[in-house]
Amino acid sequence: MKKETPEYVQFAVTARKYKTLLTKKYLNRKVWVDPNPFEIQSFIPGTIVQIPIKEGHVVKEGELILIVEAMKMRNRILMPFTARIKKINVVLGERVPKDTLMIELEPVDSKKK
Amino acid sequence: MTLKKNILALRQKKAIVEKGGGDKAIEKQVAMGKMTARERILGLLDANSFYEYDLFVEHEETNFGMENKVLAGDGVITGTGNINGAPVCIYAQDFTVMGGSLGLKHARKITKIMDHAMKMKVPCIGINDSGGARIQEGIGALAGYGEIFYRNTMASGVIPQISVILGPCAGGAVYSPALTDFVFVVENISKMFITGPNVIESVLGEKISQEDLGGARVHAEITGNAHFYALTEKECLNQIKELVSLIPHSNQVKAVKVKPMKPSSRKNIEKIIPSDPKQPYDVRDVIFALADDSKFLEVQELWAPNIVIGFGRMNGDTVGFVANQPMYLAGVLDCDASDKAARFIRFCDAFNIPIITLEDMPGYLPGVDQEHAGVIRHGAKMLYAYSEATVPKITVILRKAYGGGYIAMNSRHLGADFMFAWPGAEIAVMGPEGAANIIFRKEIMEAEDEDAMRQQKVKEYIEKFANPFVAAAKGYIDAVIEPSETRELLLHSLGVSQHKDDYRPAKKHGIPPF
Repeated sequence: MKKETPEYVQFAVTARKYKTLLTKKYLNRKVWVDPNPFEIQSFIPGTIVQIPIKEGHVVKEGELILIVEAMKMRNRILMPFTARIKKINVVLGERVPKDTLMIELEPVDSKKK
Repeated sequence: MTLKKNILALRQKKAIVEKGGGDKAIEKQVAMGKMTARERILGLLDANSFYEYDLFVEHEETNFGMENKVLAGDGVITGTGNINGAPVCIYAQDFTVMGGSLGLKHARKITKIMDHAMKMKVPCIGINDSGGARIQEGIGALAGYGEIFYRNTMASGVIPQISVILGPCAGGAVYSPALTDFVFVVENISKMFITGPNVIESVLGEKISQEDLGGARVHAEITGNAHFYALTEKECLNQIKELVSLIPHSNQVKAVKVKPMKPSSRKNIEKIIPSDPKQPYDVRDVIFALADDSKFLEVQELWAPNIVIGFGRMNGDTVGFVANQPMYLAGVLDCDASDKAARFIRFCDAFNIPIITLEDMPGYLPGVDQEHAGVIRHGAKMLYAYSEATVPKITVILRKAYGGGYIAMNSRHLGADFMFAWPGAEIAVMGPEGAANIIFRKEIMEAEDEDAMRQQKVKEYIEKFANPFVAAAKGYIDAVIEPSETRELLLHSLGVSQHKDDYRPAKKHGIPPF
């Protein structure tokens, strides 16, 4: 493999830092982000075929909020808990990649009527 | 006179079939930068050693207009020949014949040569260049694949199986290479995937080129499906010859012994490794300093480079090397490195190749991605493989041996036959900084100058514990040795273990954490 003057970086393993090279795979690894329960993301790439909700509405836990068609399956996305729909980032017929932020929620009492 | 006539007729018939798909198709193959199937076989085998079987086999399909189609050799060339004077069984799919598509007869030619290899106890080499299943034959093609996979599995650990991907190898077809011991790929020519770019785009909307999805480099560097990567077909054929000359031709024999040679590397073994455990170096330099003629055939060089595996010779006999590589990711063990080493160890064990382990690693790679990728299950593969192996197992601790990694890297506790450590080795439950932070937490917190106290405690820990003598005092290390003695001691250990006899409890088979 590449032998020309490698540029070593500092790499921490436990309490010690080592001089070493990083691999492409390591650099491209997915960095963990704490999931935000108020963000509904796509878990599989697919097409939005139904949006039975509107922005600003309060939707009860377990109710249908989206149908995403992927791998010939109509995946029903249900409301994880009762909350208000803050923003819908997708439109009917849209093809979404994996991990797309589709719907943003907010607590019910965040907007006084 | 009729005999003469018959001979001439035979020659004519052979000449036609040997042309495969004909001149036009061959032109196309060449235009793609590829050799023909026959050129590949002849290029790999010793001159004039190839004898072809089943040249006149024909398909029996009668649907979809196939009844009128003549397919030379049904799209695959099979036979036997020699590599460096030793016989092998070989097949090569011929892309010029209906895209090398696999029908039942095509598959049966392959399974016939595989059965032959198993009976004769010689390696089996498959050259893949095929568009996939011959759709017209439907279930017949699927049956063909299944029969190949079954034989791949039966032959696993009995004869070496080598797959060479010199064209497309897609869908179910990829499982035969995956079941074999070594997969060779060539830049721009090899393409392997379960579902191709078209399907992925239509179903998931993800656009990707064949090369980026399953090209040679991807399988050599990212997936680990390939073991040897070459820039040209010629280089690839040379790699195969080198490998075949190094490995035993069945599990009942040893690799051919060659004339013992001293290492030719001029590097002073005492100067390769920086004494500061935080500094990197190329562990392959240590292997070069130990192996006969400083020759080392590295396997999976680009994938998980934080561990180095491959074959070399000691006193003329083939050995397998497993070595942590501090140059990459500080030499940590991770999912891929464990997976890579474990499979190699099992190959060595199945084929009577002693294993030399060179250890210098700081532990397992911390990270959410690693934990979620199943580093527990992958890491366990290595423990399993070392524990299970009954070939001679020798470990040399070069520098760091911390924690779970110390156990995993063929420790005495997993059944190592010989354990050596260089005098600078640090064998401990974790790095001195980490250990001192925990053990002397109170002292450090209460000190006026926390940093100075920490430094002092780290130093104390290194002196008392991070050395090879604690383990040596308990007999976990057989000897603390000078680096310059290493080769002599390895040769001695291999000599002592010539008739090693080790037993495992009778069982149908174990259940390794696949």
